[in-house]
Amino acid sequence: MAHVTQHVAPTHSDHGAGDWAGGTSPFKMSYGKMMMWFFLVSDAFTFSGLLTAYGFMRHKWDAIWPTAGDVFTHFPFYHGHIELAYVAFMTFVLIASSVTMVLAVEAGHRMDKQAVVKWMILTIIGGAIFVGSQAWEWYHFIHGTEQGAYLLEDGQTVMRHKFDPSTHHMVEGVYLVPEADASGFREVSGAEADAMKASATHIHGANLRHNEYGLPLFANFFFFITGFHGFHVFSGVVINFLILLGVISGTYHKRGHYEMVEKSGLYWHFVDLVWVFVFTFFYLL
Amino acid sequence: MSARDDVYEYSLDLHHSDEEGVKIRKKFYFVLALLSLVTIVEVAMGMAWSRDPGMAEILKVTFIALTLVKAGYIVMVFMHLGDEKKNMKLTILLPYFVLIGYLIFICLVEGVYSGMMASGLQNYFGL
Repeated sequence: MAHVTQHVAPTHSDHGAGDWAGGTSPFKMSYGKMMMWFFLVSDAFTFSGLLTAYGFMRHKWDAIWPTAGDVFTHFPFYHGHIELAYVAFMTFVLIASSVTMVLAVEAGHRMDKQAVVKWMILTIIGGAIFVGSQAWEWYHFIHGTEQGAYLLEDGQTVMRHKFDPSTHHMVEGVYLVPEADASGFREVSGAEADAMKASATHIHGANLRHNEYGLPLFANFFFFITGFHGFHVFSGVVINFLILLGVISGTYHKRGHYEMVEKSGLYWHFVDLVWVFVFTFFYLL
Repeated sequence: MSARDDVYEYSLDLHHSDEEGVKIRKKFYFVLALLSLVTIVEVAMGMAWSRDPGMAEILKVTFIALTLVKAGYIVMVFMHLGDEKKNMKLTILLPYFVLIGYLIFICLVEGVYSGMMASGLQNYFGL
């Protein structure tokens, strides 16, 4: 531990120019950690761009935008509809894995290698559960409902079953079609509905061309934004795994500090941060 | 062990003792409890009032406010930005808020307007 005793912060107070005189970091931070922060700011701009684009379209088609509460109602091993319960669970998993990550960083500050390994393994497990949950969510969104919906002749407009939130069932023989001026939905039933059905295609679920739940744009944004975020989570799991190998092999312990755990931790918390916003704008609003 | 003498290892300043660690960890568990509670409240509010048009505005404002609270705790506590020097905090936060504030403003205003145009409300403007 020879270098610890020599550990005296370089100072330029004798020049009278303070932190910005050169030779030291004005931020009291290593280059690597600062660059991780700058990368995260640029990544935050990317996600903000995507979410504001979503906000633009959402406000444009406000009256006919699909309600997330109607779309994401599945819960494992349960056959009814529970709005948003599963995505709340996913959010909790990601927040919990953020806490295990910060505990790994804290253990690193005490040079407690065993604790760093333990908390990092738990973080990786949490991340894996989240990615798996997202795959499950995508599966149900792509698969759609049993009843499906009717894609009208223009290849864009969807006539869907009316959902009754009080009974948690679709209303038999009653459909919703967006108005031509996009100011809302009108109810269609009886002979008119049959005539529209005759020239329509029966569809289930959503993909990049059509969306059972309404506007195809909703599905496009959903796949792109949650996909981009999910890829970040996946990358985070891979990065954390590689850093874990470094921890186990003792590389960082020999270095005298666990800054690499802190850097991958910054990335991991950022992924959690983005999810907080995706959760609000996609699922709650 | 080979410490580089040309690089000052700032991370060594972040080391703390076991006693300090207990206090720091307590803070993390508090934030975990708080963020979980906020999420539960949000989902409960969504379940109860999301189909009530009269509550739409209140829900929107509440959800965005609670999201910013959560984001603040994640950035300031989990990412330790609250412990960094003031010039670092400003370097990260200021450019972000200035640029994104403008982007949000312009996109939402234009979104509402282009929605009016798409739904035939251009008549109201005498266009």
